[in-house]
Amino acid sequence: MTRPTGPDSLLVIVPAFNEEGAVASVVRSVRQHVPGAPVLVIDDCSVDGTIPAARAAGAEILPMPHHLGLGGCVQAGYKLAYELGYAYVIRVDGDGQHDAADIPRIFERLKTSGCEMVIGSRFLAENGSSVKLWTSRTGMVRWFGIRFFRAVLRPILGRSVHDPTSGFVGVNRRALDVFSRSFPLEYPEIEALVVLQRRAFRFEEVPVAMRPRTTGRSSITALKSLYYIVHVLLGVFVNVLKYDRRFHSSQRESSRKPAPPIGGNAGRNAGRNAGRNAGRGVGG
Amino acid sequence: MDRLLNVVTGLSLVLLVLVLISVRRAHIRVEYSVTWLVATVAILILSRARPILEAVRQWSGLPDTPLTLFLFGSGVFVLMFFRFSVIISHLRDDNIALAQRLAILEFHLRQAGRQESADPNARTHET
Repeated sequence: MTRPTGPDSLLVIVPAFNEEGAVASVVRSVRQHVPGAPVLVIDDCSVDGTIPAARAAGAEILPMPHHLGLGGCVQAGYKLAYELGYAYVIRVDGDGQHDAADIPRIFERLKTSGCEMVIGSRFLAENGSSVKLWTSRTGMVRWFGIRFFRAVLRPILGRSVHDPTSGFVGVNRRALDVFSRSFPLEYPEIEALVVLQRRAFRFEEVPVAMRPRTTGRSSITALKSLYYIVHVLLGVFVNVLKYDRRFHSSQRESSRKPAPPIGGNAGRNAGRNAGRNAGRGVGG
Repeated sequence: MDRLLNVVTGLSLVLLVLVLISVRRAHIRVEYSVTWLVATVAILILSRARPILEAVRQWSGLPDTPLTLFLFGSGVFVLMFFRFSVIISHLRDDNIALAQRLAILEFHLRQAGRQESADPNARTHET
């Protein structure tokens, strides 16, 4: 994987855990729809053939030394992208549910809108209206969860978000800077929105298609759904209530210094200094 | 009542010896053994010094002495569990940060090795 050259450099990251059956087609699909962008598969210590399958499909691999969970995995990808100097990162899940054909649309919106995050939303129609959850192949528990979190997030974010649990997201370099230092470790999607809101960052949604899972099966059970709701709710409120001293002091420092250049070594030093703060999402 | 206090004293002594042996064998780091030692000694003193236990009971307004000892012991252990949860959380954060850093450094090493094998003269040029 080469260092990025242009100001609009894009890296596509694919967090994967035991996705041997789907990851190769995901990588091939991404490379087909975004030919110039390198694809980085972040392997969360899979015990199947995820790594050889992804490598054979043409992806670069970032293997984790032990199982970190989704948030730790995604954050590692954000850290590497920030250090290498990429301007934009789009995350695609390794199970094949996200359609890579939607990546150019997310990328375009990232570049043109100037907002820090673009979410690929399953519940947003092309004309900007909401898709009814009942008509979008969503299970009962998930339907309830999404409705619940929409209601919780609306007053916190100051606006509605159609698909707060979507993992199909693109971020720019400002968000990369924040996420490489602080990112929720478990179930990161919803908390990441609150982390962005705390920095007065903006996000937008673009409609995307969601495909049914082709291989493996979802690890979300009814009990885990309940745990998910409690965990994320707690994480959201902790993020709302906390005052991130490190962030505010670093903001004050950075306002006195010129901004780090894209493609330089500034990110490497930032990653090195992340230390105890890295990986700390909920606890920040 | 006396039998209960004797049992608590015995358990405190067993715990105290266990902690000291563990520290000596380096099964517990000294900094983490301090909490255990303080808690154990506190319960040992309370179980042996009846006037202190009685004073604590009167101060807290509890109806009887065994309940006081039980609540005091429970409170001490709840505080210890909280302290260990904080320590574990820090260790987990550090562990994740280190794992990520290791993965990224290995990635850079592989990239450098690949570049070197593609251009064997690169190192010569650099030096």
